[in-house]
Amino acid sequence: MIRVVLPYHLRTLANTDAEVRVDVAGPVTQRSILDALEARYPMLRGTIRDQVTQRRRPMLRFYACEEDLSLEPPDALLPEAVASGAEPFWIIGAIAGG
Amino acid sequence: MSKVRVLVGTRKGAFILTSDGKRQKWDISGPHFAGWEIYHLKGSSVDPNRLYASQSSGWFGQIIQRSDDGGKTWHQPGTPAGAPMMTPEGMPKAESNKFVYDTSPETGKPLTTHQWYDGTQHPWEFKRVWHLEPSLSDPETVYAGVEDAALFRSTDGGKNWHELAGLRDAHGSKWSPGAGGMGLHTILLDSTNPRRLYIAISAAGAFRTEDGGKTWKPINRGLHSQYIPNPTAEVGHCVHHIAMHRSRPHVLFMQKHWDIMRSDDAGDSWHEVSGNLPTDFGFPIEVHAHEPETIYVVPIKSDSEHYVADGKLRVFRSRTGGNEWEALTKGLPQENCYVNVLRDAMSIDTLDKCGIYFGTTGGQVYVSADSGDSWAPIVRDLPAVLSVEVQTLP
Repeated sequence: MIRVVLPYHLRTLANTDAEVRVDVAGPVTQRSILDALEARYPMLRGTIRDQVTQRRRPMLRFYACEEDLSLEPPDALLPEAVASGAEPFWIIGAIAGG
Repeated sequence: MSKVRVLVGTRKGAFILTSDGKRQKWDISGPHFAGWEIYHLKGSSVDPNRLYASQSSGWFGQIIQRSDDGGKTWHQPGTPAGAPMMTPEGMPKAESNKFVYDTSPETGKPLTTHQWYDGTQHPWEFKRVWHLEPSLSDPETVYAGVEDAALFRSTDGGKNWHELAGLRDAHGSKWSPGAGGMGLHTILLDSTNPRRLYIAISAAGAFRTEDGGKTWKPINRGLHSQYIPNPTAEVGHCVHHIAMHRSRPHVLFMQKHWDIMRSDDAGDSWHEVSGNLPTDFGFPIEVHAHEPETIYVVPIKSDSEHYVADGKLRVFRSRTGGNEWEALTKGLPQENCYVNVLRDAMSIDTLDKCGIYFGTTGGQVYVSADSGDSWAPIVRDLPAVLSVEVQTLP
């Protein structure tokens, strides 16, 4: 079970707590986590990745194990601690605007 | 007794204001979608409890929300919480926040490019929905005006959206963004001819279709814009808003960047009716519900100073279809006021004593229950108001 921490506005949109859990079949990567997240919460499609390009939206970042993984390739394997559920995968909104 | 329901979109959420026909005591609900920008909400005239809302964020993009109970509850069409994304047949479920521009069937690449600020060509990039316009005959059909400028239509209650891409054939490569972006902000439906629509884009101008959206014609003859290389160009004008009376769909009133304009031939030609206005820069323009020659504007100081002139919040009314204007000030602040009223932030009810509503960038929503003679605030301290739409309910 993969743990994912959502930013505030995505929690309200998906009507969830801060942390959600999703099952990922196969390698645990940014893409496979987001695919599983969007399958469980379809209202989040387009809010994290662009609908067409599937690229991370510019003002969101991905963190895990105190590392910024935002610029890692979407199919790169994530740390074992994320895959095992020991550590969550964080989706964080940029601190910007007002 | 009739009621009114006022749908208010703000920088930080939506609010719904309801009152009886006297329009003196108000119930306020909200914020709905707290913290999100709500560019526009609008209800279906066929089913007034069917509401559509554009919810967006610089972080999280575009969401479409729908209510089927007059705003008590909302959902994203086709994607209830926790529902599987695939149907039992393996088909992907509807994706109500997916706005994808048409591509060339030959190359798979986006259709056309538009003019960027520096004069180079730039690809179309979806940013947000500025305006939602429900069909006059079918609550499941709704149009969306978006940035970068294009017109989308849904025929399944907002679940799926498809571009009416023929619009971009109307010299799309010459369109360019205004300071606020290149948005399609005005959609007018002709109640006497379902195949005719008018739309307006900043900064491209006004366009008309006579075949339900397949083909479009620029309708900007008579507009004069000194800030563009060719002041009388066929496209490129910064039209801010257009209004019409439903009984006379061939008569259009326009608030351009500067200038109040009028057309009596469905937009084929325009002439200026700014008349005695102290300034003719502004955003909203609306027509009285029962008097097709009575129109309202809220001029602001200039293109460089987006607030009302002289610290006075004044609505101007013309009862002569333009040229002769009177300032309406009773109940509105007449000193130290420096707000603006945005293009979709004015609306008209259809009660016998016609009500006028507008919201300001300072968070006030005002009502006049007597066609503008006197005004009162409904609320004073909302976030900046982006849009105001009123529904007249039985």
